[in-house]
Amino acid sequence: MYDIKNYYEAKSAEDAVEALSKDPDSEIISGGTDVLIRMREGKDAGKSLVSIHNIEELKGVSVEEDGTVLIGPATSFSRLTNDPFIKEHMNVLGEAADTVGGPQIRNTGTIGGNICNGATSADTASTLLTFNAVVVLKGTDGTREIPLTEFYTGPGRTVRRQNEICIAIKIRKEDYEGWQGCYFKYGKRKAMEISTLGCAVRVKLSPDRKTIEDIRLAYGVAAPTPIRCRKAEDLVRGKETKEPHLTDLLADAALLEVNPRTSWRASKEFRLQLIHELCKRAMKEAVLKAGGELDA
Amino acid sequence: MLKIIHMKVNGKETELAVDDRESLLDTLRNRLGLTGVKKGCEVGECGACTVLVNGEAVDSCIYLTMWADGKAVLTVEGLKSPGGELSLIQKAFIEEAAVQCGFCTPGLIMTAVEIVGTGKKYNREELKKLISGHLCRCTGYENILNAMERIVDETYRATHR
Repeated sequence: MYDIKNYYEAKSAEDAVEALSKDPDSEIISGGTDVLIRMREGKDAGKSLVSIHNIEELKGVSVEEDGTVLIGPATSFSRLTNDPFIKEHMNVLGEAADTVGGPQIRNTGTIGGNICNGATSADTASTLLTFNAVVVLKGTDGTREIPLTEFYTGPGRTVRRQNEICIAIKIRKEDYEGWQGCYFKYGKRKAMEISTLGCAVRVKLSPDRKTIEDIRLAYGVAAPTPIRCRKAEDLVRGKETKEPHLTDLLADAALLEVNPRTSWRASKEFRLQLIHELCKRAMKEAVLKAGGELDA
Repeated sequence: MLKIIHMKVNGKETELAVDDRESLLDTLRNRLGLTGVKKGCEVGECGACTVLVNGEAVDSCIYLTMWADGKAVLTVEGLKSPGGELSLIQKAFIEEAAVQCGFCTPGLIMTAVEIVGTGKKYNREELKKLISGHLCRCTGYENILNAMERIVDETYRATHR
């Protein structure tokens, strides 16, 4: 038996917002793969839960007329990975989701929970940052849209209020069409692991595949929150793919923007090395996937 | 609080009064006597409690029973035929000596049911990833993979003749 004060099964997003507003000591439970474990460990014991587990309107991937993709926050990692649209247009996001926990966790854990937990180690967060994803929150005064880059306020903290729920993760067409990407997760074992460091690189090459038209770089666990490295991106944008040591240029610059810490998983020094190396490997892979060639 | 829910457990429509703080693991073991569902780590790490909910493998220890209302739940007890004969997956585990202490076995078999159900062919490396949500503390993974490989191949060949 879990130590839950009051349990409420919400019937819709609106119903959930109302239930959360009524009890300031309540929190949302969706897949439950984090909340129930925190409860078991005693951290969130005695809290009230508002469940959005079975709300169908919050699940699945849909595409609007202008190509904007809306990802339902209660979409499980495995559904996301196997979604035909995600596979075709934003495969890297499905690949990142496929590195979370193990198969059973991926069948229940959700992308919305991954983001709203505020964890810097969230495997989908760095990739979503490179998609310029926008988090759509619904509260008592209607909805508001927050770019993911402004969503995190600290370790485990986000701008989401207690009585707000994420109703969609939004990605514009220009942020996925024509891009290729790669996500690398470093962990001490291949499965059932929280990432020691995660790195996502996405590139858009010119039509002749010789120039980096645009590039995006983001990390998990390289700082208290998932972060984008915009200065590093600026240095590489517009360069020819064959320019010598291009991956080093990106990785060296990234080191100036990150702020990793020492934890029991890894030292700061080791994380800095991972930040450099994974960036190089991910960039190389992304350029290759896009049909380009790199000198280094 | 006690609530009435309806689940199809191992093919049988079941009406149950459950506490809304209960895990599906506890409901299956304590209220329905399905002790083939093993209680291991209770934090979703070991996979011993794996069951299928609407065909998807989940760790029943971190799955609230309330979520299974109106859904179909399959445990290892539901695999045998009405005549009591073991399923091909269970037989493969026996024939490959994939069972040592047996504690991880029901969970692994349920994952095997999900894998076989996809109708796809997987190589050994892919199978390793697909069973990565299970721990076998006898470390008998080789034989477990042999059994998995065997049943996946057999099923694939049977359906693609």
